[in-house]
Amino acid sequence: MKAFEIAELLNEPACAHNKKEKSGCAKTKPGATAGGCSFDGAQIALLPIADVAHIVHGPIACAGSSWDNRGTRSSGPTLYRIGMTTDLTEQDIVMGRGEKRLFHAIKQAIDDYQPAAVFLYSTCVPALIGDDLGAVAKAATELWGVPVVPVDCAGFYGTKNLGNRIAGEAMFKHVIGTREPEPVPDSAQRPGIAVHDVNLIGEYNIAGEFWHVAPLFDELGLRILCSLSGDARFHEVQTMHRAQASMVVCAKALLNVARKLETDYGVPFFEGSFYGITDTSQALRDFARLLGDDDLTARTEALIAREEAKIRTALEPWADRLKGKRVLLYTGGVKSWSVVSALQDLGMNVVATGTNKSTEEDKARIREIMGEDAKMITDGSPKALLQAYKDYNADILIAGGRNLYTALKARIPFLDINQEREFGYAGYEGMLELVRQLALTLEAPVWSRVRKPAPWAAQKAVGEPLTDIRTALEASHG
Amino acid sequence: MAEIFKRSKPLAVNPLKASQPIGAALAFLGLKNAIPMLHGSQGCTAFGKVFFVRHFREPIPLQTTAMDQVSSIMSADDNVIEGLRVICEKNAPDVIGLPTTGLSETQGVDIKRLVREFRDKHPQFAATAVVPVNTPDFSGCLESGFALAMEAIIDVMVEESVVVGRRKKQVNVLCSSMLTPGDTEAIKEWIEAFGLRPVLLPDIGDSLDGHLVDAETTPLTLGGTPKGEIASMGESAATLVIGRSLAKAADLLKQRTGVPDFRFDHLLGLDACDAFTLALAQISGQPVPARIDRQRAQLQDAMVDTHFMTGFLRVGIAADPDLLLGLGTFLAGVGAEIVSAVAPARAETLAEVPGHSVQIGDLEDLERGALKHRAQLLISNSHAAQAAASLQIPLLRAGFPQYDWVGGYARTWVGYRGARAALFDIANLFLGNHHDTPAYRSIYRTDAGLDPQERAPAGAGLVRH
Repeated sequence: MKAFEIAELLNEPACAHNKKEKSGCAKTKPGATAGGCSFDGAQIALLPIADVAHIVHGPIACAGSSWDNRGTRSSGPTLYRIGMTTDLTEQDIVMGRGEKRLFHAIKQAIDDYQPAAVFLYSTCVPALIGDDLGAVAKAATELWGVPVVPVDCAGFYGTKNLGNRIAGEAMFKHVIGTREPEPVPDSAQRPGIAVHDVNLIGEYNIAGEFWHVAPLFDELGLRILCSLSGDARFHEVQTMHRAQASMVVCAKALLNVARKLETDYGVPFFEGSFYGITDTSQALRDFARLLGDDDLTARTEALIAREEAKIRTALEPWADRLKGKRVLLYTGGVKSWSVVSALQDLGMNVVATGTNKSTEEDKARIREIMGEDAKMITDGSPKALLQAYKDYNADILIAGGRNLYTALKARIPFLDINQEREFGYAGYEGMLELVRQLALTLEAPVWSRVRKPAPWAAQKAVGEPLTDIRTALEASHG
Repeated sequence: MAEIFKRSKPLAVNPLKASQPIGAALAFLGLKNAIPMLHGSQGCTAFGKVFFVRHFREPIPLQTTAMDQVSSIMSADDNVIEGLRVICEKNAPDVIGLPTTGLSETQGVDIKRLVREFRDKHPQFAATAVVPVNTPDFSGCLESGFALAMEAIIDVMVEESVVVGRRKKQVNVLCSSMLTPGDTEAIKEWIEAFGLRPVLLPDIGDSLDGHLVDAETTPLTLGGTPKGEIASMGESAATLVIGRSLAKAADLLKQRTGVPDFRFDHLLGLDACDAFTLALAQISGQPVPARIDRQRAQLQDAMVDTHFMTGFLRVGIAADPDLLLGLGTFLAGVGAEIVSAVAPARAETLAEVPGHSVQIGDLEDLERGALKHRAQLLISNSHAAQAAASLQIPLLRAGFPQYDWVGGYARTWVGYRGARAALFDIANLFLGNHHDTPAYRSIYRTDAGLDPQERAPAGAGLVRH
């Protein structure tokens, strides 16, 4: 990928990070850098497409320690869970045989697994030696008739976030707009309900959480043409350009796809979240608003009223247990406010939130939700987080999996909110799982026990009997 | 003698291999007050970190030189020197491990020269040992990367000396990557039972065993072999080397210090345990303690009890070479047949794996081999759970990574007690998955159709994962 192409992707006009400085995403510092690379980001964004063979082109490190480690779920094919890599050897690299190996690898994947498409992910080494993934993909597509899509996402291009955008760009360039959607099947038509086609962008169906929300879409007559990329199929991605509206879910990362769908195909979009009662309702309302269908609006309001009443009743028994508990939230970008809303719905008190990856716009949302004196944390080092936990007298830390052991080693309750987690929190239904997990860790009887010093340790501190006896003996002998 | 089949496919499917830089990082994670910094892009480190965090369920100190587009093309030399400086300034570690990656090796880094440059430029950080090691991920596997790091640690941290036996009771133990924290603990107790004082290199049992400490955050390893102990290895009475992958590291240590060594391929099963125990008795001049005799007798009893389940048991194993040889020899020693053996990379040990052949390959190869030879048990890492599920046979987890099995990282395999526990587990997995003879119903029986619908017995076809 050329330098100006990377610069262009970093300079995403719809991204509020760019309002202040041109750089877009922050630069990395040797010896003091955390987080994944562009290849990681591209995989996160595309791997959930379930019927695609995802081939990582490079030596083993890239796929070897990362395959099948994400929480995304598919309702059908499981091809996406099969780890595939060209596992380049020294000879391949020195002799320049990488492209050839890749070409045969594509054939092997097609023959053995009959994928709907093959995605090729470039990594650092092939990018450095100049393997031409585009040419290989083109030749393979022509020869074997299966779409082969190059994703040029070498790790050294930059951060995970950039990788997300590269992935989005690859979809826009090679996949979106290459097929027309199927007509709505007659069996799915219901009298009086007009079907609208919509996209979700940046929803990854972690732990199957979107399945809490999907039935509501069906009920309202919103056909999800494609979710990029939770539980998606290749042919769905191809038809995204025909949607009437898109929602960018919980991430700035794939904003470029939404923006280009709008400029090139006139598909309007909004940004929202399915975490919490308030935000879930808001997302449904926003769809109705963008689609401009009065009947849909009325039915949406009725559904919201029904679902909110139902979930509030279901949450009632938990309310007393969680009410007033103080939460320290440390997570990136949009989640810094979307989760706040979910927690406030439960009567919990978010004492501070991390804003390291948040935009000015996100921060404005935080102030709107948490009040003007909302505490924002930018230093996410373990030490700083634990200090903040103490300073704000918090009861629980909610953060990404990376901070899980920071919390546990400090013996404090923790809830994982990132993509590796094993529980789904989205939608009205997801709130029940959320409260269960919150209560489970907050009320765990282990905390007091793991903070308790050994009984003999206390004894030693008070009496130090062993030393005393020895000195006494020595004194008497002397 | 097993025939070695080289990699047969252009595409690796469900890789078994973990990379050399990760293996090197693991060796450094077994040193005290240490941190590895991979010379590569930030993803090399991020993936490695997640890999170990999920396996050990511990925070893992691991840094990166964060090569970006410009430094990948122009030069990343400054990244290395700057990265070392930043870590020294912030955390003052005793040791920084500096493995290279595929990216920096393809670029063509001279990592040793960069460490010299760092020394010249920042003499104030002389107290921190910096150990560079070339570990491209386009060769070898986790085990070989680990072994290369061991060689580098000895090279940098053990000086030439002729003081063998100055510490009469001290013995060095070079531990291969196949050993778990549970294993290294058991090895220490074993040696201490003979009145000897073990110095383990590395000691991941002290750093990655998972224990709560008073300090809430630790930017460096919170245990492991201390720097001073490594420097004193030349004064030991003997060196015990566990794992053939460490042959070169052992050669170097011997050449530097003259300390005589005893080498073992592994410590799995009765024969290997006997050899190790005998060596300890020789080194210490002590009789074998009665409790070790008792443990030995317990293992023998378990071998008799379980031979009905382990005899003729058809096993598929996929693991790094040292572990593959160890497990294979152990199982063959109790009557099992290794019907499918897969290793991620070549090693001279592979020819000695009992069985007809060893395939250099991936977990797809394991699954196909196991299917073809009707394996009854798989032994591999957590990734093999998919294969075990589709084959409907149980999986015993061994090696890296074990992310879906709590405590897998801490399991003790070595020693008489470890072998006994492994035999019990294998026997139980077999019993839980035992397929009875399918019932035959005679055409002459009159009650046909009257019996209640047959139900699968509980546990039949159960896959442990």
